[in-house]
Amino acid sequence: MSARDDRRAQAKPSTGGLNRVPITADVLIIGGGGAGVSAALHLAKRGTRVVLLERGLIGGQASGVNHGGVRQQGRHPAEIPLAIRSRRLWSNIQELCGSDVEFDPCGHLKLARNAEQEADLLRWNEMAKGYGLETTMLGRNAIRAQHPYFGESVIAGSLLAEDGSANPRLLAPALARMARAAGATLLEHHKVESIEPGFRVLANGQEFTAPILLNTAGFWGGEVAARFGEPVPVESLNPNMLVTEPLPYFCSVNVGVVGGDVYLRQIPRGNVILGGGRGESDPALPRSRPLPDPGFLAMRKAIEIIPRLEGALIIRSWTGIDGGMPDALPVMGWSHTTPGLLHAFGFSGHGFMLGPAVGEILSELVLDGRTDVPLEAFDIARFNRQDGVEPDVWKTRLE
Amino acid sequence: MSVVVVGAGPAGVRAVERLVEAGIRPVWIEESPDGGGRVFQKPPPGFSRDAKALYGADAARAQAIHDTVARLRAQVDWRPGTLVWNLRPGPRLLNTQGPDGTTQEVPYERVILCTGAMDRALPIPGWTKPGVTGLGAAQIALKAQGLAIGRRVALCGTGPLLLLLAWQLTKAGAPPALVLESAGWGQTLRAAPGLAWNPVGALRGLAWRAALRRKGVRIHAGALPLRVEGADSAQALLWRDAKGAEHRTEVDGVAIGYGLKPETQLADLAGVPFAFDTLQRLWLPERDRAGRTAVPGVYLAGDGASIGGSVVAELAGTRAALAVIEDAGQPVDPLETDMIHRRLWLEARFRAALERAFPYPAAHAAAMPDETLLCRCEAITAGDLRATDAPEVNRGKAFTRIGMGRCQGRVCGPAGAEVLAAARGCAVQDVGRLRGQMPVKPVVMA
Repeated sequence: MSARDDRRAQAKPSTGGLNRVPITADVLIIGGGGAGVSAALHLAKRGTRVVLLERGLIGGQASGVNHGGVRQQGRHPAEIPLAIRSRRLWSNIQELCGSDVEFDPCGHLKLARNAEQEADLLRWNEMAKGYGLETTMLGRNAIRAQHPYFGESVIAGSLLAEDGSANPRLLAPALARMARAAGATLLEHHKVESIEPGFRVLANGQEFTAPILLNTAGFWGGEVAARFGEPVPVESLNPNMLVTEPLPYFCSVNVGVVGGDVYLRQIPRGNVILGGGRGESDPALPRSRPLPDPGFLAMRKAIEIIPRLEGALIIRSWTGIDGGMPDALPVMGWSHTTPGLLHAFGFSGHGFMLGPAVGEILSELVLDGRTDVPLEAFDIARFNRQDGVEPDVWKTRLE
Repeated sequence: MSVVVVGAGPAGVRAVERLVEAGIRPVWIEESPDGGGRVFQKPPPGFSRDAKALYGADAARAQAIHDTVARLRAQVDWRPGTLVWNLRPGPRLLNTQGPDGTTQEVPYERVILCTGAMDRALPIPGWTKPGVTGLGAAQIALKAQGLAIGRRVALCGTGPLLLLLAWQLTKAGAPPALVLESAGWGQTLRAAPGLAWNPVGALRGLAWRAALRRKGVRIHAGALPLRVEGADSAQALLWRDAKGAEHRTEVDGVAIGYGLKPETQLADLAGVPFAFDTLQRLWLPERDRAGRTAVPGVYLAGDGASIGGSVVAELAGTRAALAVIEDAGQPVDPLETDMIHRRLWLEARFRAALERAFPYPAAHAAAMPDETLLCRCEAITAGDLRATDAPEVNRGKAFTRIGMGRCQGRVCGPAGAEVLAAARGCAVQDVGRLRGQMPVKPVVMA
């Protein structure tokens, strides 16, 4: 499809008449979050004709409204190879995105507030060592010396120095610019109205056809999977986010806690971004809004670990809609019912940093038929097992 | 029935008065320590300027509003110094923060939002220097504290507030050094027939002009401020007259305000649909003539819904209270509602003529130099916004941080939309409006 088609389709009014001439592509992508636009970019770079359909704006939901953590630490073992691969891509994010998207490898410091949590940190660090991830444990004295702003409730911390943060509002749009420059067609305000096998997708009055369909629709990925007889228990997950006024600069690391009930980071302007708990949403509209009570709880948790935050002014809050899975692991891999259908959704509140690698892996699955990252744990059929999902021994579910 | 009235300006006062008459005891929440609103701002206790000096021709109305507040306080659940920072339309809850910083949840069956208005800013290079403030803010400094914002003051704006403040400062013994009215004479004259819808109001404007002329204060019609100069604070204003000639006037205070802008954040959080008003060039919450919105239990009145001035606010406050009473199944006098509708209709004609006579200088805003600090909270320039590929304002916010700071775009929003629309080559309504989020003003972490 030419650039002119792109412009024509973009310019069409949202309720225009049905266009009987289908637009054909090699790969159709539903959902313009980090995974979808990254897949569009990696596929287009290898010469594939890609059309991506996004119901709203690129990166408008989970990919754009999250905490912005670029974090390997604390992940479920099944996600670690994926996170490691993505972290490698983050090292060249300027080249990939045409922008640094404010990526700062400032380190991720995960705090323990009691002995049991400290033991959890040690256990995870031991496991992660097997994947080549190096962490540094900071005991009570070391953490006091290096981070004097922490309160008495903090007894230890684990630092993964190469983790960091980036600006979530910038990543997906930046990837989208590069994907378009590489020849992909990304269409915003194209809500999918119907999908037929083959595949024939109707969106915004236009039919699109392609032999391969990528389902990167986040929460709404559940609807796409159900359409092909693979329903999954996906819920709308709305991270409740707050930000303070700019404060004197004190904290250089991205801070998390065992249990995940609060997470925060201070951006270079001085504002502290903090999250914890959930907002509310109506995915059908779609609309989401942050809630006061989880916000107050997150504030109290934040003040417990950083007492100087008491009395700071909260100037803004936000949330968005992500797909949350019961085991907090994404659905990623080929459909079991429909040849040519490839899923990647349900990143359960921690998919932001994975986006660059997810797209690359999807492009490999489509073009090479294989990838070097193990995906078995993300198989969509896992929800059909008699014994249900595996217990969450790594306590990643809340993060 | 639990009724909440937010705001104790003219609209809120009249709404509460009528609710109390109907036997309802509302919760009455006001952000400032006392009632009266910005238009009838009271001086702090101990100040002795009398009502005539403070409010001029409106002294009697100001006194009536203050007396009504004093009389009603005991008959309602009066909560002054309290900020409403969130509204949840589903469970019908307000979140408040009291004067001691404590937060509360306030349920409502019906809420009348009388949230008032603020200055409509026009950012120019140097507008963040000490010594520069809003036109309305300068008037409040004068009314509340008897303060002029400087010894040599420039007033930049349009419409009645500009003239009124010029006259009030002159009467107080601090005549402005420079008055720049953005509307040209031609614009004002073309709208003159419409101004006859309110002969008293129109004549008052002419009287201010004549009085200022007698005192030697000249009003430059069709003139616009270009740049505030000065090392650490405002020392001079660079401006352009109607013929295009540039001038530099030494000043130590500059007040800039191009009309007012409704405080619509709570209506937005309530989910009230907004429509673009082409005369005011603002997105306004939709309501019927009684103040009802599409959101169950949410009513709007006064300048917080659409700029109409204090007379309209009083009428609209009464009318919204009558709507609440009517919707609760109690009878209201149709003669009274008809009378209010007629008066509101007349006032709306006058207001439309005023908007035509004294429009927001949109083209000047759109053309602000790249280096202008458009968003002063986040220090984002007009050039930063123009450099994005954002198709609408929320994307502009996401890419540049414009409107993300403490004011949440209340100050820079409309001017930012003009800049972005001009950069995209589209109409200002096509770049949309900033979505609101709680808290509408900052809330203390506790």
